[in-house]
Amino acid sequence: MADITTSDTPGLTTADGRPLKSALAHAQARAKRRAFFLVLPLLAFVLITFVLPIGQMLFRSVHHDGFSSNMPALSAWFSENPRGTVPGEPAFAALAADLDQARINKSAGEIGTRINYDLPGTRSLFTSTARNADRLVAPYKDSMLAVNAQWDDARLWETMRGASSAITPNFYLSALDLQRAPDGSIERVPPENRVYLMLFERTFLLSAIIMGLTLILGYPVAHLLAVLPLRTSNLLMILVLLPFWTSLLVRTTSWIVLLQSQGVVNSTLVATGILTDETRIQMIYNQAGTIIAMTHILLPFMILPLYSVMRPIPPSYVRAARSLGASSWCAFRRIYFPQTIPGIAAGALLVFILAVGYYITPALVGGASGQLISNLIAFHMAKSNWSLAAAIAAILLAAVLVLYWLYDRLIGIDNLKLG
Amino acid sequence: MKRLLILTTALSGLAIPAAAQQVTVMGWGGAYTASQVEAYHKPFTAKTGISVVSVDADNPATPIKAQVEAKNVTIDVASVEIADAVRLCDEGLVEMIDVADLPAAPDGTPAADDFIAGTLSDCMIPTDVFSTVIAYDASKFPDGGPKTIADFFDTTKFPGKRGMKKGAKVSLEMALMADGVPAGAVYAMLETPEGVDRAFAKLSTIKADAVWWEAGAQPPQLLADGEVVMTMAWNGRIFNAAMENNKPFEIMWDGQVFEWEGWVIPKGAPNLEAAMEFVKFSTSTEPLAAAANFISYGPPRQSSGPLVGTFKNEGKVPMGPHLPTTAANLTNALASSLDFWADRDIELSERFNAWLASN
Repeated sequence: MADITTSDTPGLTTADGRPLKSALAHAQARAKRRAFFLVLPLLAFVLITFVLPIGQMLFRSVHHDGFSSNMPALSAWFSENPRGTVPGEPAFAALAADLDQARINKSAGEIGTRINYDLPGTRSLFTSTARNADRLVAPYKDSMLAVNAQWDDARLWETMRGASSAITPNFYLSALDLQRAPDGSIERVPPENRVYLMLFERTFLLSAIIMGLTLILGYPVAHLLAVLPLRTSNLLMILVLLPFWTSLLVRTTSWIVLLQSQGVVNSTLVATGILTDETRIQMIYNQAGTIIAMTHILLPFMILPLYSVMRPIPPSYVRAARSLGASSWCAFRRIYFPQTIPGIAAGALLVFILAVGYYITPALVGGASGQLISNLIAFHMAKSNWSLAAAIAAILLAAVLVLYWLYDRLIGIDNLKLG
Repeated sequence: MKRLLILTTALSGLAIPAAAQQVTVMGWGGAYTASQVEAYHKPFTAKTGISVVSVDADNPATPIKAQVEAKNVTIDVASVEIADAVRLCDEGLVEMIDVADLPAAPDGTPAADDFIAGTLSDCMIPTDVFSTVIAYDASKFPDGGPKTIADFFDTTKFPGKRGMKKGAKVSLEMALMADGVPAGAVYAMLETPEGVDRAFAKLSTIKADAVWWEAGAQPPQLLADGEVVMTMAWNGRIFNAAMENNKPFEIMWDGQVFEWEGWVIPKGAPNLEAAMEFVKFSTSTEPLAAAANFISYGPPRQSSGPLVGTFKNEGKVPMGPHLPTTAANLTNALASSLDFWADRDIELSERFNAWLASN
């Protein structure tokens, strides 16, 4: 207050004698607060339904305390002894004590599950040893090896060391087809178990193909809608929007009815003699099925932004170009097309990002070769391996953000028109 | 407010003695619960005077965990799958049930020997056995359909598409059995890397002809559409499609892989004694047989088999041939191994996904 009254304009005051500047600031602050309260519900909504779950997902992808919280003594041993220490009697004593506690707490399943993520085939090692852990006696190393010789496995100890801290990068390693060797270094998983990188690649490739197809199919339609008289174009617009109002599942299963090998399309081709019963084309339960169904389902997301950009383009520009001697191709390429780029950019970005995360359609019509990475995220969710699902999802999110950044650098995000 | 509180307290006080004469049973709903109401709930009330309240859940294992952890248990008995039962038991969320307490078979065989070997566990008493089988459309095979699991993998002898479950579980077991491994040796074989390679190699022989399904409702549809000539399927779904939609679907029982489900009692069940009575009664020989008249899931007691009658007791369709547990259907059958899948599920599923996704 004091500095305001001593500022350059001490003379200006309000009717009740307060300095104008502070009164104004006061009133504006109140308006701002009120405005803030108006957006508060939305802010809270976004925080609770968007930021919080994504934050939780990112946290889960690097955090799993199934082992560390249930095996305190052994975790302490790991933190005191550096990597490379041969586990001796104290380590086995800690292990036996923790397993006995796990027997009482009934937490052996949880511990085993965590280790099993990184070293398959070990869950029952933990549950069966813990079941009789009260019978383990000193010397614990001999006693435990007598129960199961696998307790001496270097790979098992390396895995337990990795799991002894709740924060772990291992789920990201799994999601990138990598694993830890017994000495702690990182190596690729055996070729027959590699799946994620290939699926990431396929997801982006198929999404790009679907994006291209929707553009090729959607551009002329949007143009037609934009140049027709409003009454006709509104009618046609309903046809574009109609699939929007139909359930996704209904649309996907209709494609099954149409495209399956005993379906409408194949049967018609056989009836007209183009195909025979032996040469029916497999158009579904493979990559083709995924591409066809997803192109159809995502088409409106391309047409709508294109239409909203094309509608306000005055037809006189192209007419002017033609009257100045441009060929129809030249007029399109140099006059019309550049003006539709914001629509293309918006539609392409929208379709691509939606396609990258698509789940239900590939699951239903994709068969084996049309599966996308989202199907594996769903798979791991169903198997309760949430951390791995979160790690794959986080990589997908990061990849999309990188593409978004590239897009911004190449085309510019302000050059985007969504309608 | 205070008065309301007093009133409700008084009412809940009154409710406690009344509740002692009832038991709350949680099931899966649909035709499955309907069969249990007819075979277990009604006869139990008639015999003991204890009323049975039936409630449904998508999977009763989920509310058990929530209720026991919140220390507010309202369920006395719940129907869960064996895999969930073992997990709940491991986590200490359900009561241990001693098999020695169960009634013996009518001929005096103790319960422990009467139940199909391998189906009993610490915390769950089995009520029914369901199975993954090979089903086919009889009208597509005028000269006779597949007879053995090897026929399912033989596309020269039986050309046509195959419906397959999109998952490692059951697929690998069936592949090995088709490759000539006896049912008893399947899991020992799958423990070895060579065994896993062998199973995947066998699966690869029909990969090009496979249509993959995920939901249990899909295989009957694939058969009905003529999209596949034979398919892996859950036996109950095929039976229902055959009965209710008059489809010419047949089940081939050779190489079936069966699982089972049954009763668990959550820790802290409000009517523990009545719950135990209910479990003992409903898993005795006759009620188990009666349930199989309403749904094509087999009774887990061997002594129940001969007592099974006809579908819905209508006297038309004998249920025996449609149950996974009928002796004739068990000649080459495999009990799904829980321990194996608890250990290997992640590893083999990952390999399966990789195998599936590669071209």
